[in-house]
Amino acid sequence: MPDFQQRFDLSSLTLRVAFGVTLLLVIGGLLVSIAAFAYGREAARSAYDRLLLGAANDIASSIAVQDGRAVLELRVSAFELLALAPDDRIGYRIIGPDGTTLTGYDEIVVPAERRNSRDGFFDSSFFGEEARFAIVTKRFAERTLNGTMQVIVGQTLKAREAMAYEITRQAVYVLIISGFAMALLATVVVRSVLRPLKTIAGGLRARDPHDLTPLNTAVPKETAVMIQALNAFMARLDRQMNSMRHLISDTAHQLRTPVAALRAQADLLADEADPERRERIAERIQSRSEGLGRLLDQLLSQALVVHRGDSARREDVDLRDIALEVFEEGDHRLLFPQKDVSLDVGDVPLPVFADAPSLAEALKNLLSNALKYGKAPIVVGASKKSGTVFIYAQDAGEGPDPETLSLLGERFSNDTPTRQSGSGLGLAIAHSVACAFGGTLELARQDGGGFRAALVFKPDDPGAV
Amino acid sequence: MRWLFLRFWLLFSAVPIAGLSSATHGQELVKSYGPDGASETLLLRSTTDIEVFGPVVDAFLATRPGLKIVYEQWGSNDLYELSRKECRDGASVADLVISSGVHQMVKLVNEACAAAYSSRQTAGLPEALRWRDELWGITREPAVIIYNRDLVPEEDVPRTRFDLLDLLRPAGSPYAGHVATYDIERSGLGYLFAFSDAREASTFGALQESFGRTQAVSTCCSADIIRNVAEGRYLLAYNVLGSYAQGYQAKDGRIGIVLPSDYTIVLSRALMIPKTSSQFERAAEFLDFLLSDTGMFALRKALLISPMLDAEDGSEAETLSSTALRPIGLSPALLVALDKLTRETFLRRWRSTFPAP
Repeated sequence: MPDFQQRFDLSSLTLRVAFGVTLLLVIGGLLVSIAAFAYGREAARSAYDRLLLGAANDIASSIAVQDGRAVLELRVSAFELLALAPDDRIGYRIIGPDGTTLTGYDEIVVPAERRNSRDGFFDSSFFGEEARFAIVTKRFAERTLNGTMQVIVGQTLKAREAMAYEITRQAVYVLIISGFAMALLATVVVRSVLRPLKTIAGGLRARDPHDLTPLNTAVPKETAVMIQALNAFMARLDRQMNSMRHLISDTAHQLRTPVAALRAQADLLADEADPERRERIAERIQSRSEGLGRLLDQLLSQALVVHRGDSARREDVDLRDIALEVFEEGDHRLLFPQKDVSLDVGDVPLPVFADAPSLAEALKNLLSNALKYGKAPIVVGASKKSGTVFIYAQDAGEGPDPETLSLLGERFSNDTPTRQSGSGLGLAIAHSVACAFGGTLELARQDGGGFRAALVFKPDDPGAV
Repeated sequence: MRWLFLRFWLLFSAVPIAGLSSATHGQELVKSYGPDGASETLLLRSTTDIEVFGPVVDAFLATRPGLKIVYEQWGSNDLYELSRKECRDGASVADLVISSGVHQMVKLVNEACAAAYSSRQTAGLPEALRWRDELWGITREPAVIIYNRDLVPEEDVPRTRFDLLDLLRPAGSPYAGHVATYDIERSGLGYLFAFSDAREASTFGALQESFGRTQAVSTCCSADIIRNVAEGRYLLAYNVLGSYAQGYQAKDGRIGIVLPSDYTIVLSRALMIPKTSSQFERAAEFLDFLLSDTGMFALRKALLISPMLDAEDGSEAETLSSTALRPIGLSPALLVALDKLTRETFLRRWRSTFPAP
C-alpha cells in the first residue's frame, strides 16, 4: 500500500484526475443504477397495478344477478387489457357472498389480512410463479341476493420485471453517455489547467543561467504561488551571489594595504644593516602579520555569517545560550587576560527564530571590539526591553566619540549589508547577522555610564516576553 | 412402416369411428412410427386424425433415424382433461401435445403445465402464434362455409355472412332447415369458432337469431356435416374446418368451399411440450422441424397449412385480403372461453336459439 501511495504521489496530474473522475463515475453510476432500478420497479408496479385494477373493475361491473344467482359473462376486453403484459399468466377468482368460488381458480388464496378489506393488492404465488393480485369488491342488495362479491385478478410478474429492466437499461445508457462526456470534459479541463505550468517550464528552460530576475507572474492565482516561491528563491540566490561578490572585492581591497606594508617592511629589512633597527623592523613585521591574521579571521567569519544568514536552517534559539556560549568559550581570557569580563543573563528564556552559530559569531565580534577599544569591566549578556530581546557586550568606557558614533549609526542604519572598508569589520559582521534575522544593531551610551553594542530582535514568541 | 391400430374403443363402444371424426371420447387410435428397436421414443398426443398428420410425422422421422414416435389420437376435451390431470399430478407421460382446442391449451399453459423453449424457428413465428415461448401455433386452417354444388345455384352461393343472412331472410326460403353448423355444446372446436365469431363481429348475433328462426341444424362432427352436405341433406354448412372440407373435396367434388370475405377465422392448432416430458430435446427438435421449411411443406401437403389462404394461389377459392383473415391468437384472452360462468351464459343463449331436439 505505501508503494501504491508513493506511485500515486508520483503519477501525473492527468492520471490523478482520471482516477478521481473514474471513481466518481463508478460510484455515482452504481448509485444511480440502483436508484433507477428501484424507480423502474416502482413505476412498473404502479403501471401494471392499474391494469390489474382496471381489469378487475371491468369484470366486477359485468356481474349481474338473475333469479338469485350471479350471472357473469367475462369480458374479453378485461383479459385483453391484461394481455398487454403479453407473456404473463393470468389468474382470477370470483368469490360469492357465501365464500364459495363462483368461477376461476380456487388455487388463489387471499391472505387473511386482505379478506375483509374492500379493495387492494397483494402478492402471492400462482402455480409456482410469483404474481400480484388486485381485489375489487362489489355489493349486491337485491331482493334475492344480498351480500358482497370479491373479484380477484392477478398476473405473473414477467412484464413488470421487463419494464423495470428496460427503465434501468435506459438510465444506464444515459449514464454511460454522460460518463463519456464527463471524462472528455475532464480531459479538456485538465489540459487547459496545466497549460500555465508548461508555459512556466518553457520560460525557465529558455532562461540565461545568470538571469535571476523575477519570473513574469501573469499566471492563474493557483500557479502564482509557485511562481512567487520560485522568485523568492531566486532573490535569495541573487543576494548571496552579491554578498559573495562584495566579500571577494572587500577581501582583496582590505588585504592590499597590509600586504603592501609588509612588503615595504620586508624590503626595508633586507636593506638594513643595523641590527638594532633590523630588530625593530622585524618586530613591526611580526605585529603587522598578527594584524593581518586577525583581519583574515574576521573576513572568514564574515564570509561564514553572510553564507549562513541566507542558507542556514533557522530554529528556535535562546539568546541566553548564545551569551553563555560566547562567555564560556573564553577567547578573551587568552587575548586580554588583564581585562575583567562578566556574564549577565536573566531567568526568562529569550527565544528568537535564527541561526545560533551566526549569532555567536556576531556577539564574539562585539565582545572583541569591547575588549579592544573599551574599558574594563566588560559585561556580556542577554536581556529584554519593551517588547524586544537582545544580546550585548557592554564596557565601562565612553565608547567612540559622538562624531564617529553618528557616522557608524548612519552606516548601519539601513537594513542592507554594507560594503566594508578599512577596520571595524566586526561591526559589519554583527550588522549583517542582525539584518539576516530581521533585527538591528544598536550602538549607544548608557544612562548609567558605559557603552553598549547590542543585537536587537523581535522575540519569536511575543507572548513570552 | 407398420400400422398399430389399437382399436380399444371397441371395448366400450360399438360405434365405429369414421376417419374424420374428432368428437369421440377417450383415446381413439394409437399408431407407432419408426423402427421398433429405437433407443428413443417420443409420445405425441394430438387431436388431429392420424391419417392427416401421419405423413408429417414420417417426414420428420426421415431426418431422424433411430427415433420412434408413438402417436395417440384423442378428442380435444379428453386430451385437455387428461393433460390437466397429469399436470396437476406431476406425472405427464406425453412428450408433445397438439390440440385444435387452443383455448384449452392456453389454459394448460396458464396453469404452468408447459416447458419453455425458444429457437430461431420459434422466434420466426408471428407474435399472435406463440405465447410465453411455451405454446406455438403450427397450422393455418380457415373456418369455411361449404355448400352442395348441385343444389345451390351459383348466384345463391354466399360469399359473406351478410349473403348468408340475406339467403335466410325471405319467408319460405328453400334454405330454411337445410343449414348446418357445429353443436357447440358437444364440439370443443365448434364452441371455439362460435366464441371467436362472437368476439369478431356483431354479425354473429344476427346469424344466430337467423339460424334459430329458420330451424338450422346444430349437429356434431365435421365428417358428418361435410358428408351430409355432399349428399344433399344439408345445402349449406357454416364454420366447417377448411382442412377437412378440402380433404373431402379432393375425393368428392360435390361440395364447394367459400372463405367468407367479410372475415375468415383461421385456426392454428397449438403445440406444447409438457414440462414433465422426459424427451424435451427430441420434442423441441420436432417443434423446430414443424416450423422449418421442410415441416411447413409437409403440413401444407397435409392441408394443415391451408393452400386456400395463399394469396398467390387463387385458383381454388377466391383470395382474401389479409385483413379479412382473423387468426385465433394464442393469448390469455382465450381463458375467457373456458370460464365456467361465461360458458354457461354463452351456452344458455345458444340453447335458446337451438332448442334441444
